[in-house]
Amino acid sequence: MTTKTDKIDRLAELTAARAEPEHGLGLWREAFRRLKRNPMAVSGAVIVLLFLVIAILAPWLAPYDPEARTWDHEVFQNQNIFVGPRAENWLGLDNAGRDELSRIIVGARQSLLVGVVATGLGFAVGALLGGLAGAAVGLGGRVGQRVDAVIMRVVDMLLAMPSLLLAVSVAAILGPSLLTVMVAVGVTQVPIFARLLRGSMLAQSHSDYVLAANALGVKRRRIVLGHIVPNSLGPVLVQGTLSLATAIIEAAALSYLGLGNPDTSYPEWGSMLADAQRFLSGAPQLAIYPAIVIIITALGFTLLGEAMRESLDPKLRK
Amino acid sequence: MSLLTVDELTVTFTQRGKPDVRAVDGVSFTVDQGEVVGLVGESGCGKSVTSLALMRLLSGRNVKIGGSVVFDGIELLKLRSEEMRDLRGSQLAMIFQDPLSSLNPVVPIGVQVTEILTRHRKLRGEAARKEAAVLLEKVGIPDPTRRLREYPHQMSGGMRQRALIAMAVACAPRLLIADEPTTALDVTIQAQILELLKELVDSQGTALLMITHDLGVVAGLCDDINVLYAGKVVEAAARRPLFAAPTHPYSVGLLNSIPRLDAPRGEPLKPIRGSVNDNIAWADGCAFAPRCDHYTIECLQGPPALTEALTGHRYRCVNPVTTHEPPAVIATEDGR
Repeated sequence: MTTKTDKIDRLAELTAARAEPEHGLGLWREAFRRLKRNPMAVSGAVIVLLFLVIAILAPWLAPYDPEARTWDHEVFQNQNIFVGPRAENWLGLDNAGRDELSRIIVGARQSLLVGVVATGLGFAVGALLGGLAGAAVGLGGRVGQRVDAVIMRVVDMLLAMPSLLLAVSVAAILGPSLLTVMVAVGVTQVPIFARLLRGSMLAQSHSDYVLAANALGVKRRRIVLGHIVPNSLGPVLVQGTLSLATAIIEAAALSYLGLGNPDTSYPEWGSMLADAQRFLSGAPQLAIYPAIVIIITALGFTLLGEAMRESLDPKLRK
Repeated sequence: MSLLTVDELTVTFTQRGKPDVRAVDGVSFTVDQGEVVGLVGESGCGKSVTSLALMRLLSGRNVKIGGSVVFDGIELLKLRSEEMRDLRGSQLAMIFQDPLSSLNPVVPIGVQVTEILTRHRKLRGEAARKEAAVLLEKVGIPDPTRRLREYPHQMSGGMRQRALIAMAVACAPRLLIADEPTTALDVTIQAQILELLKELVDSQGTALLMITHDLGVVAGLCDDINVLYAGKVVEAAARRPLFAAPTHPYSVGLLNSIPRLDAPRGEPLKPIRGSVNDNIAWADGCAFAPRCDHYTIECLQGPPALTEALTGHRYRCVNPVTTHEPPAVIATEDGR
């Protein structure tokens, strides 16, 4: 008798355990579950996490001080004498006799920081502008149309300029500093986020559930904030991940052009690339190393972003 | 006095460089307190546009609405949009065809139900959640407190439509408009949903405007029926006279085109020939004439007038059907 009730209890437990993960799964959690099964997403996430860990633990991971010219008596850049990989310096020495590996590792900090802050900035301002425009249209009326038109024309002007040119102008106007780099790169991201959020809000505002909410007398403000915005954020968040990759590349491009952080006490991938340019014939590896890490980081964010896009797109759901 | 009086409602869609499209062309009908009225017709005849127009949900510069819609003594078409918004959901509510797309996919059901309660009944927090659970229970959703936390995609089609009905009747509206509420559902669920609507209408004294192409739905539910064709009411009658003695050839065609269980095996179905594309403009004559079996030259002498035969039985035809084959037997659910 006891065994039978035990069995029933066990069965109930099992079915409950099986039913539980299905229960209360929202769009986001379900998307996350699909994400975990996607090899593209997993490899992207691994790369991103790896670089994050490296950036955070850089001072402890770097074998030497990235600025110490410990081996400057072995490198003679004027005579094209460089030191390649060897046991004590895994990636060799740079043109000033500093350990290249340590510089790459510590350089991850600034590159990722600039990428994240710049994208965050672009996201915040862009989403605000796009959200305002989208909400203005959603709330309707002639005033709404005007507000939308004004905001979007400004955004269009930003969008019309090539992003690197825009970043260079902003950096040139503000004068070189770390903050400048972040602002300059962030500004180039603003129009993308603004357009994207507005567009997806407009698309959502024609959907059936908005009509249904209208038919039940829900207030316009509530429809915009409670229904349209949450449904429109998906693509914008995905764009955020993709933009991180671009931001890192653009930050590197700015420092390559000499508009980066003038404080050279910290290495940075872009400026390392710029420095290496002078020795491209004698020591091409000095340009290749930072280029490779830039590419891998950008790839990691892109993979993650693409996978997120797929998992959030209801049409691609299995 | 009627609860809702629609008088000569016209809806015209305009588009630059193209001729205007008159989707609804002088539709008139009334709905009394607690009455169930059907609006029947095939796709593109203006059923949904009529319902959206009288809910004032057709917006945009290229829509022109004429005529009058009086609800409980108020002219809805002249109301300020915010006043109309206050009426929607509390006095008039609407249920749509596709329950999945009518629910917000990223918001739990509970939030969507309590939203209505907060908006019109000023219920908040725990009180709103309790009331939402009561509503879900009322429309036959088991385990309502758990369901409130779920998202639309976790529910079945029938369950979603029940949730939408719960939202529509949350404030005990006086008129409920159901726009093909069962079309997206499978047949057994259809019957359940219709049963539920009937119960709610009976218990709350709500009037129901049922918009459908399904004569079976109408037969089981409606007191009065309006048959629409090309934006005009072509026949209006109470349920019994309409099914027993349909007068307009279009109504006859609709009834005859229903497959009959008592027909001999292998007998072909009897469709109405042609399609809506064959219509002529109402100004030139009867729009249905090109598809009509009773068509004569008189049909092309301008728009046919609405004729009132017996009390309440109206039809818009110059050659009405008078002799009847035994009428199609459609079992009404209550056997009346």
